[in-house]
Amino acid sequence: MADTGVVETLLQRIEKVDGGADSQEVAAGLGVDHQVIVGAVKSLQTLGDVISAELRSLKHWELTEEGTEIAEQGSHEARVFNSIPLEGLPQAELMKLSFGKIGFSKAMSNKWIRVDKSHDGGPRIFRTVESIQDQVREKLLLAKRGDAARLDEKEKNELKKRKLLAEVTVKSYWITKGNSFSTTVTKQETELTPEMIASGSWKEKKFKPYNFEAMGVAPDCGHLHPLMKVRTQFRQIFLEMGFSEMPTNNFIESSFWNFDSLFQPQQHPARDQHDTFFLSDPSLAHHFPMDYLERVKKVHSEGGYGSQGYKYDWKMEEAQKNILRTHTTAVSARMLYKLAQQEKFTPVKYFSIDRVFRNETLDATHLAEFHQIEGVVADYGLTLGDLMGVLHQFFTKLGLKKWVEVGNSGVFRPEMLLPMGLPEDVSVIAWGLSLERPTMIKYGINNIRELVGHKVNLQMVYDSPICRLDS
Amino acid sequence: MPTVGVKRDFLFKALGRTYTDEEFDELCFEFGLELDEITTEREIISKEQGDSKASDASDVILYKIDVPANRYDLLCLEGLVRGLQVFKNKLEAPRYRRLSPDSGEPQRLIITKETAAVRPHAVAAVLKNITFTQERYNSFIELQEKLHQNICRSRSLVAIGTHDLDTISGPFTYTAKAPGDICFRPLNQTKEYTAAQLMSLYKTDSHLRHYLPIIEDKPVYPVIYDSNGVVLSMPPIINGDHSKISLKTKNVFIECTATDLTKAKIVLDMIVTMFSEYCAQPFTVEQAEVVYPDGKTCIYPELAYRKEKLSGEFINKKVGIRESTERIAQLLTRMCLLSQPTGVGDEIEVEIPPTRPDVIHACDIMEDAAIAYGFNNITRTTPRTYTVANQFPLNKLTELLRQDLAAAGFTEALNFALCSQEDIADKLGKKISESQAIHISNPKTAEFQVARTTLLPGLLKTIAANRKMPLPLKLFEISDVVLKDESKDSTFFPGRCAEIFVRGTSVGRLGVLHPDVIGRFELTMPCSALEMDLEPFL
Repeated sequence: MADTGVVETLLQRIEKVDGGADSQEVAAGLGVDHQVIVGAVKSLQTLGDVISAELRSLKHWELTEEGTEIAEQGSHEARVFNSIPLEGLPQAELMKLSFGKIGFSKAMSNKWIRVDKSHDGGPRIFRTVESIQDQVREKLLLAKRGDAARLDEKEKNELKKRKLLAEVTVKSYWITKGNSFSTTVTKQETELTPEMIASGSWKEKKFKPYNFEAMGVAPDCGHLHPLMKVRTQFRQIFLEMGFSEMPTNNFIESSFWNFDSLFQPQQHPARDQHDTFFLSDPSLAHHFPMDYLERVKKVHSEGGYGSQGYKYDWKMEEAQKNILRTHTTAVSARMLYKLAQQEKFTPVKYFSIDRVFRNETLDATHLAEFHQIEGVVADYGLTLGDLMGVLHQFFTKLGLKKWVEVGNSGVFRPEMLLPMGLPEDVSVIAWGLSLERPTMIKYGINNIRELVGHKVNLQMVYDSPICRLDS
Repeated sequence: MPTVGVKRDFLFKALGRTYTDEEFDELCFEFGLELDEITTEREIISKEQGDSKASDASDVILYKIDVPANRYDLLCLEGLVRGLQVFKNKLEAPRYRRLSPDSGEPQRLIITKETAAVRPHAVAAVLKNITFTQERYNSFIELQEKLHQNICRSRSLVAIGTHDLDTISGPFTYTAKAPGDICFRPLNQTKEYTAAQLMSLYKTDSHLRHYLPIIEDKPVYPVIYDSNGVVLSMPPIINGDHSKISLKTKNVFIECTATDLTKAKIVLDMIVTMFSEYCAQPFTVEQAEVVYPDGKTCIYPELAYRKEKLSGEFINKKVGIRESTERIAQLLTRMCLLSQPTGVGDEIEVEIPPTRPDVIHACDIMEDAAIAYGFNNITRTTPRTYTVANQFPLNKLTELLRQDLAAAGFTEALNFALCSQEDIADKLGKKISESQAIHISNPKTAEFQVARTTLLPGLLKTIAANRKMPLPLKLFEISDVVLKDESKDSTFFPGRCAEIFVRGTSVGRLGVLHPDVIGRFELTMPCSALEMDLEPFL
């Protein structure tokens, strides 16, 4: 609320006046800055119909700084005239004076002075008339007094051109009495306080209306990352479907578990430098279940278990190469191997959601690191119909109504399962998708760099809503 | 997934009918393919090089079809059409036959021992009385390119050379010579070059320069001559201009040189099965003889038909359907796997043709049966697997902590696991050698040098990227870091090494050296070692 003193004074002014008052005049009359009056006007406007304030703009002519100087000391050309004695003045000396240059050319064009170029001692300036009338100064003095209206348009524009006079727009309010005019202003309360409640005084008070256009102060709180929110939902879905979580806390894997045990041949393009991150240190893994490794080697190079195999030279050094895992299926392989070592086979449902690494071309939807979601079911006699059924249930829980290419699925090959020692009539079905893709769709993000990594805008994290997958 | 581009109208002509785009898309999907894009040559050039370059290009509609990476028989229009026609029961799969020449001896390719150092294997075959049109010729060249990119691993495993047999005369010699000793006029050039000169010439060729490293540093380069000393080719780089194929070529000599014999045989089989369609005696291939340095001879192409027996029950159980043995045999025959019930129970004998090297196990046969049956026709069922789910304890704890950290007012960050060495060492006031970090080989940029050993740099970088955000900034991250396992010291034999401590500080190690280490120093006997820092004893 503006200074109540000013507000009340203003109200009293308006009361006395017939019609209305101009805010600029009021300010001048009270000896305060115009903005103070403006503040008072605005305060009063929030109270409803106490006053009526109409914005006006008036133009008037004002002297510029230079114009003011001339009004006081005379125009440059007049001062030039006045500084030339009867015997004249060397031009060089005249030019040294502050008003010399401008005044000289003006005085010349007014024909007040002349130059004798061939004088002894250099060009010399002489008066041509006895006296002059400093019209410029007179006009400026008129304007200064507030009588600018007495000058015609041409004169005003000329002075404006010389930057001596400027047209100034002054905004002011024309203040008149409003319908609920009163000279007293009741202070409006902003908040309900405990004291008001206790004393009951709130019943007699007026409360300032809320400004619904203004944003409130956001409460201090923490936020979870949207990708992690989606991950939590997927985790929930798997757990609800009876899937156990695999231990995936190892970004580094040997090529053996990541590729060879999955029956992916050693010359497969995915094992290129282009697609896989190899480690320079430590470069090789050394600990493998050797009898299992031998069986893997055999099925690749010679065949067996009903398979022709790939018929190539399987190399140990290739399998030993350490890499950043390209899929979490490497962990599924470890888990299935472990399962196969059990005395008796038990059916399992496994899942994992964790980070994988691909050394591929990066673009708006691909980064070198992303999260893979994987589900695995191992049981006797699973069919393709079962795989399709599980996928359908899973994606229904996700709430994916439209057909979208989201992931991959399949049945693990016998060349992978039998060397591990799993019974022949056990089938293992699996499927996977990336976590980033559904998250980007759900949260309307087009560039993956806006979702993952240190360059993410934290405001996005602050603002991201709860993740409801099924709606 | 490899993509094959075919001209739509040629495709429809060969299929004997037209389809709407939707119908063809449906057909591809049924067969296990994907119609990826419908475009024109003009659109392609426009997209890649701008509209001005595309003004002369063709407006003929092209279908870009994605095929599975191991289906080499679907990499050309001929194979696609054949596969689809058999699938739709419009055609019986052809029988591919290898024949001896009508008269005289088969063509011979003699391999000398010098090739062993660089590219030891070769196979060969002849397509007799073939008729090329511009389209067939283009398809022939395109298939070789696709095979080169795909199974041949950019020519490093196998390289294909095709030649006009009437311009050359056998027996052919496949040998290897020093770069300076090979001199010939390569394809589309007007003068002769030595191999060494060609290596420089092709360094700026956008297509061929990728293949130079395959033989560049070898002491000898592979080269094939005919009996008159004419160079057929210098695999895997370039063919000779002399024997180049034209639309008028009637007899084609095909040679594949390789470092992987199995793949060379597959590649040869693929080319001849696909294009023998255009021979006077369709689907016949004239055999060639390959003579090894040790005198052994082999006849190619193999064109082997393999037989497998399986039960109808196997298919039914794995897919989740209930079809009769006869019906299953029919389904498989539609996938070019000619099948018959044997009459013994529900046993089916399946014949796997040379065009299907991707079928290596009964499960591949089962997959084809499912495709022929139609995936959309399989009833969706739920596995009756009863399991009680468990959370991974580390993740369970993490989830609880995340919730409470957010409730305490902290915001979760998600940072990259890969970063620069600086990020985890210098910037933190440490030496990289003390950081226990794992290092990536050949990182593309500094951001891929190491895996993070601490979460701190990631959080600090997140704050730095969010300078304009109002304070306070309270961040958290709960995630994995990667630390080298120093306890498994790979210098020593597992279980036979120890760290030496003096007054609580580690001063050195001792143990039995790991056999790999022994080998690397070219030693043979078991070896024990001790190494210790003396300064703590001063």
